[in-house]
Amino acid sequence: MSCGKEHGKVRTEKGRYKLDGKFHHSEPNTPIFNENGKLMGVTNPRDMTYVHSYGGEAIFFESLGKGKIMASRCDNPNCESRGSVFMPFRIHCPDCLMKSTVMDITEKAKTTAKVHTFMITARTGAFNPLPKPVKFVNVEFDGVVTILMGYLAVGEPKMDMRVVPIFNTKSPTYTILDLFWVPEGTPEASLPEGYTFD
Amino acid sequence: MITFSEKQLKIPKMTRPVYLVTGGMSKFGRAIPEKRTEELCIDALTEAAELIDHTPAQLKKYIHTCYYGHFADHFGDQLLGEAVIHDRLGLDPLGNIGIKTGGATGGSTLWEAYKTVASGYSDCTLAMGWERMDEVPTDEGNHLISCAADKDWETPLGHMYTGYYAVMAQKYWKVFGKEEASFRKAMAEIAVKNRGYGRMNPHAHGGKKITVEDVLNSPTVAHPLRALDCCLMSVGAACGILADEKTAYEMTDNPLKIDIGAGSHTLRVADRRKMEIPLLPNETKEQYADLGDRFPGGDRYPGFTGFLAARMASYYAYNMTGIHDPTEDLDLVELHDAFTISDIQTYEDIGIRPYGEGRTYVESGDCFRTNPHTGEPGKLPANLSGGLIGNMHAVGATGIMQVVEVAHHLWNRWGEMHGNEEKWKRFGRERPADWKDLQVKGAKRGLAISHAGVGSHVTCTILQHPDHILERRD
Repeated sequence: MSCGKEHGKVRTEKGRYKLDGKFHHSEPNTPIFNENGKLMGVTNPRDMTYVHSYGGEAIFFESLGKGKIMASRCDNPNCESRGSVFMPFRIHCPDCLMKSTVMDITEKAKTTAKVHTFMITARTGAFNPLPKPVKFVNVEFDGVVTILMGYLAVGEPKMDMRVVPIFNTKSPTYTILDLFWVPEGTPEASLPEGYTFD
Repeated sequence: MITFSEKQLKIPKMTRPVYLVTGGMSKFGRAIPEKRTEELCIDALTEAAELIDHTPAQLKKYIHTCYYGHFADHFGDQLLGEAVIHDRLGLDPLGNIGIKTGGATGGSTLWEAYKTVASGYSDCTLAMGWERMDEVPTDEGNHLISCAADKDWETPLGHMYTGYYAVMAQKYWKVFGKEEASFRKAMAEIAVKNRGYGRMNPHAHGGKKITVEDVLNSPTVAHPLRALDCCLMSVGAACGILADEKTAYEMTDNPLKIDIGAGSHTLRVADRRKMEIPLLPNETKEQYADLGDRFPGGDRYPGFTGFLAARMASYYAYNMTGIHDPTEDLDLVELHDAFTISDIQTYEDIGIRPYGEGRTYVESGDCFRTNPHTGEPGKLPANLSGGLIGNMHAVGATGIMQVVEVAHHLWNRWGEMHGNEEKWKRFGRERPADWKDLQVKGAKRGLAISHAGVGSHVTCTILQHPDHILERRD
C-alpha cells in the first residue's frame, strides 16, 4: 500500500476464504558487492499480504468502531477465577478454559480508567502508522484483573492520570488502533481526525 | 494460573547427572557479511572441539541428538534453517529439533539437550544456537522483534519492543526507585560495567569505554531507556556439548555438572494477574508482608516490576542444586541484560536481592569483578562477558554464550580464551592495550539466566565444578 500498489481483498463465504486481487508483488533481486567488486550476496525483495483470523476476538475489534469496549468474564461456577473480568479480552478463561462471557465495559472504562504506567518513544520499528512520539499507556480499570496497553492520543502521560477511551468510528480499521486514550476532560475538538468519544 | 498445585511445584529430579563437556562461540557482530550462518556454527563447534583437544570430527562421533536454537525464521527468510545447519555440520542422520522461545531460545535449547541426556535417550547431545539479524535494516529488525509481542493487541502500537520494557522501567523507577535520580544512575552503571567488560572479550561487538554521563546523555530510545541502556542486535553462533558422567569423563578431565530449571509467564504483561510472591530458599513470607508499605504499589506482584518466569526458573534450579543463597553459593552470574532495567528486576526475581532492593546489588559494588568502593573482588560478579549490552545478543546463541562464558571461569580458562592475540586478529579486532584477565579466581559455581520477551520464558542454568557440588534440597 505504501508503494501505491493494489493489494488483494478477502471475504469469507461458507466458511472459506475468498481472495480477490493480488496478494504478492514480485520484484527482481539485486547483487551485493564489497568495495573490491567481490560478490557478497543478493537482496531478496518481498511484498506479501497475510490473511489473519480474529476468531473469537472479532467481537472486540468489531465493537471498537461502534464506540464499545467488549471485555470477557469467566462465569463458570466451578472455576476459582469465576467473576474475573479480563481486558485484554480472552476468548476462554485462562484457568478453567471454559468459553468466557462477553461483556460491555465501555462505561466502566469511561468512569474508572487510569494510567498504571506509560512510555514515550520517538523511535519506532518499520510499519509504524502512529504519529511520533508514540505514547503508550497501560490502562487499569476498576474490577478488571488485567491491564490494557494503549495509545495516548492527546497530552502527556502520567501515572494514575484518569483517561477516557476514544474510538475510530468514522473509518474503522478493525484493529487495536481504533481505540485510543485521552486525558479526562479533553475537548472533542482536540481528538484526532475520525475519533469520537462514543 | 495464579495459584500452584503441589504437583506443579515439584522439584525436578533427573534420572542421572548431566555434565557440560565443552562449548564454543563464533565471532559476534552487528553484521557479518563475509560468512553464512553455517560458517559461524562451524566456527563455534570447532572452538568447542579444540577446547578439549579434539578435532571437530572426533567430537562429532560422540553426539547422539542435536538441538538447534534459532529465534526468528523471518529474519533470515529460511524455514527449517535447523535442517540446513544440521546437514552442513555433517550430523545427519541423527535426530534433531529446532527450539524457539524468543530471547530465551539459547537457554531453552540447552534445557532440551540436558533433559535428553538426563533421561538416558542420549549419552551426548549438541546444543547449538545462532541468529542472523543483519539481513534486514534495523527498523525492520525492530518490527520483526516486535512481532514477538501480541500481533493484534501490542505490535501495532509502535512496532518497537523497547517500548514494552520502557513501561516496566517507568513503573519500577516510580515504585522501587522512588523516582530518585540515584536509581537512574544505578541503571546507567550497569551499562558502563557491561560495555567495559565487553572490551576485554574478542568475541564481543559492544565493548566501549563509557561513563554514567555518556549513558544518561545518549539518545532516548523509549523514555527512560536510552540507547546505551539497550542490548545489541547481533549475528553469531554458540554451542555446548552435554553428556552423562561416563561419556563426559571419556571426553575430558574437566566436565562441569549442569542443571537447568525453566519458567514462563504471559506473553503480554497486560495479562499478569496479582498473586502472592513465590518464595526462594533464602526468603520468608514475613519479609514481604510490608512490601506495599515500604514501596507503595509494590504489592501488585508481579505486575510491571517482576518476572514470575525468572522466579520460577530459579525456584526449580536452586532446589534442584541445593543453592540456598545465590550471593553466597555462587561465584559469578551471567544475566539477561536486555535492558539495564530488566537486569535490576532480575536481581530480585532470582533472589540476589529481595524485591525492592535490586539497586543495592549495583550500588554496593557486589556485581563488579572488582568492587569499585573497596578495591576487593566483588561478591558476585555479573556479566563479565559484557552480557547482551557489551558482548552480543544474537538471540538463539545468547543463552548458550552465557553458559560457555561461565564455564570458562569454572575451568579457569577465561584468560586463555579471551586474551589470545591470534583470536583477536582472526576476528579482525585489536586487543586493547589495557586488556585485563577477568578470570574469577577459584570459581566453583555459576549461573546463567536466559530470558524471553517481557518475561514469557526464562531458564536458569547452574554450573558446578564436580569437586564442589552442593546437595539438592528436598
